[in-house]
Amino acid sequence: MLQYDLVVVGGGPAGMAAALRARDFGIQNIIILERAETLGGILEQCIHTGFGLHYFGEELSGPEYAARFIELVEDQKIEYKTDTMVMDVTEDKVVTAINKEDGLLKIQAKAVILAMGCRERPRGALSIAGTRASGIMTAGTAQKYVNIDGYMPGRKIVILGSGDIGLIMARRMTLEGAEVKMVCELMPYSGGLTRNIVQCLDDFGIPLYLSTTVIATHGKDRLEGVTVAQVDDKLQPIPGTEKYVECDTLMLSVGLIPENELTRNIGISMDRITNGAVVNEMRETDCEGIFACGNVLHVHDLVDYVTIEAQIAGEGAAKYILNQQEQNVQYVHITAGNGVRYTVPQKVNIRSKDDIKVYFRVGQIYKNAKVVLTCGGKVVSSKKKIKLAPGEMENVIIPDEVLNSLSDTDQIVVEVEA
Amino acid sequence: MVFDVVIIGAGVSGCMIARELSKYQLNIALLERASDVAMGASKANSGIVHAGFDAKPNTLKAKMNLRGNALMEQVCKDLSVPYKRNGSLVLAFSDEEMQTLQELYERGIANEVDGMSILNREQLLSIEPNIGDEAVGALRAETAGIVCPYSLTIAAAEVAVMNGVELKRNCEVTAIDFSDGIFTLHTTLGDVRSSFVINAAGCFADDVSRMIGDDSLHIVARRGEYYILDKSVGNLVTHTIFQCPSKMGKGILVAPTTHGNLLIGPSAIDIDDKDDVSTTSEGLKEVSSLALKSVPGATTRFAITSFSGNRAHDIKNDFTIEPSKVNDHFIHVAGIESPGLTGSPAVAELVAEILGSMIELKEKQEYVKTREKPFRYHQATDEERVAAIAKNPSYGRIVCRCESITEGEILDAIHAPAGALDVDGVKRRTRAGMGRCQGGFCGSKVVELLARELHTDVRNIKKCGGNSDILFDKSK
Repeated sequence: MLQYDLVVVGGGPAGMAAALRARDFGIQNIIILERAETLGGILEQCIHTGFGLHYFGEELSGPEYAARFIELVEDQKIEYKTDTMVMDVTEDKVVTAINKEDGLLKIQAKAVILAMGCRERPRGALSIAGTRASGIMTAGTAQKYVNIDGYMPGRKIVILGSGDIGLIMARRMTLEGAEVKMVCELMPYSGGLTRNIVQCLDDFGIPLYLSTTVIATHGKDRLEGVTVAQVDDKLQPIPGTEKYVECDTLMLSVGLIPENELTRNIGISMDRITNGAVVNEMRETDCEGIFACGNVLHVHDLVDYVTIEAQIAGEGAAKYILNQQEQNVQYVHITAGNGVRYTVPQKVNIRSKDDIKVYFRVGQIYKNAKVVLTCGGKVVSSKKKIKLAPGEMENVIIPDEVLNSLSDTDQIVVEVEA
Repeated sequence: MVFDVVIIGAGVSGCMIARELSKYQLNIALLERASDVAMGASKANSGIVHAGFDAKPNTLKAKMNLRGNALMEQVCKDLSVPYKRNGSLVLAFSDEEMQTLQELYERGIANEVDGMSILNREQLLSIEPNIGDEAVGALRAETAGIVCPYSLTIAAAEVAVMNGVELKRNCEVTAIDFSDGIFTLHTTLGDVRSSFVINAAGCFADDVSRMIGDDSLHIVARRGEYYILDKSVGNLVTHTIFQCPSKMGKGILVAPTTHGNLLIGPSAIDIDDKDDVSTTSEGLKEVSSLALKSVPGATTRFAITSFSGNRAHDIKNDFTIEPSKVNDHFIHVAGIESPGLTGSPAVAELVAEILGSMIELKEKQEYVKTREKPFRYHQATDEERVAAIAKNPSYGRIVCRCESITEGEILDAIHAPAGALDVDGVKRRTRAGMGRCQGGFCGSKVVELLARELHTDVRNIKKCGGNSDILFDKSK
């Protein structure tokens, strides 16, 4: 069995940033295992710009953002294996992986960072009636065909779901000469970033129909059209509003699901809302020495935040390996209060010597609402926000002195005051 | 060339018949109008090996069911097809339905079905704790099982091809002439001549029959819609859970599949367009709500896909397996709805018997009986994996992440006898793309592998035959 201090599962932005930070903290014996042919993860197919505004203070394309980290990984001589699929991770941190060259790899790690990313929700999960013709695909699959493989997967396109990938692909397909007829969104608001709605739809005159969904697909071999309909406030189609739209392609951008099969197999506690692991402020799961970060932990809207989160996990793993973790641990659960769907982390050590930034998402659109943080019954902060939207991740900071003043029976609540 | 036997239709009946007849010294062609075998009801059914208490005593359905059930385990062993004798339960939700169970039990006894018992609620819950609150009892049938229906069909076709059967896909029969004791079948791939014809054309058996002037068959396409649920709920039940049957069929079932998913369905509605396998919101709604009555945990929140299939329902409500009254060298295998999958090995035997009564069947010396088990990464032990990757490194590259399917397995499927020609063909042979992401990640890789191995441009690779193009022009 091979021995490594740290095994990082996934060589996307999260995995790379985590490995690099662990190296900064002095961990030498690190290996990144990546299932694709190259490092970089999904960024490699995101050839549009908009990455790095927060982290680097400049606008980069996906491959450029990834390249900066790949260079650092190379410079730092961090070992990695691509085209290598991790098949299993145990509680005792034995990692099993396979590839063509090494066959079956067994690695005993001191710490493991899970950074497998997420996948797109497929059609089947939506129960759209109709045929199973070709031309129905997720937006990410279409993006790979166009940007990596160099082929157009359609000419006349309807997009269901206004997640960021769907919006980006509306613009991408238009630029490639396809006709994007509409973007339909089941909810009364878009789940995408405002800047993407402006730059990808409005600027190209592509209509966005809110509270509208696709209820049927038509065409025996290749898709020939879809039926769209408006939905009521219970999200049920309203009879009489059905409309046939001719198209050869239906692209789905209806949500991302963290890829947590490995995590679940270890038996790690999961958050039912994020579909990721429950973690503490260092992004450590309830299985000691196993950390999670990036989209496998919860779906992020910006890669910049993925990087920051991964650095926290990298630091946490390094301290775990070096036995420098805070010994005196007393966790308090963070409650997602009114209007807040979830928080990450879900629990914090009240003996932490640092301020803790808590990330969260709201459940609906709020205008001029307040984000209120309450610790042990006292309001710690109350910040007015012009707009809060489910598509944009927010955060609040718990100062260390506030944390240290709490007892383990106290509560921490993050909520929205409309 | 004149074939001895031409089989029209490469569903489970046609393929099992081809496999059976390929034991003998016969020149056989197997014609299929679709782009692959198992494209009709054979790929879209419940995958149940029925115990045999449903069919009326002395019907062909009852006979074929009992015999097929007895043969299935060995057939699946020979063909290396997933099979499990998991037993079935018919639930009763009222005292009246308990009476129905009694009738089914008695019918089962008349059909000589072994291993049946009637359970009260307590006994039921002791073997299936996740059953709904309304169930008051159940009919248990220990001999029932599950099989992967398209795997069985594909494996049978492979063995038939290995034994010399000529499989012609995309070959639709449009007209049939008969003169001088020889049938000439006009097809989309040219004329095919044969001494005997076996009509295993599923929903279209009556249309094919009319081509020789025989209008004795009346086949209705009875659509059934299903959901496949994620493996995370695959062990909610271990038995196949039926509700009491109605005149349209065996009702909505909740069943584990041989691959570890949970299947719910089918609805049952007769439709006009035999080719229409679209799902409907009404049908899917019916399936999802009725299944909850049996197993409350089987919610469509866990759905990974839905599909529908058209069963070939004969209005006389029994199988027709006999020579046509118009021409006895034209043998009908028609109206093969449930329990047609269960009965398929028996149906094949019966067809060989009918043929054997008209011509002498001589066994081949070199008949290949078994199909070697293909390498399956996810089923292999670590030692087997190490050995397989050492021998063929492509077994070390995962293409389908959700189902852990390797490149090597996909290459095997493409190069197999009766190998995969398109993306769905790869999917049915390997399960690549059948998992949670439904091909989101691996679809484009499968397209690439197909193009490379079949020496063609990626733009020629289809999803599922016909005009189901995937890629158009090059991007700019």
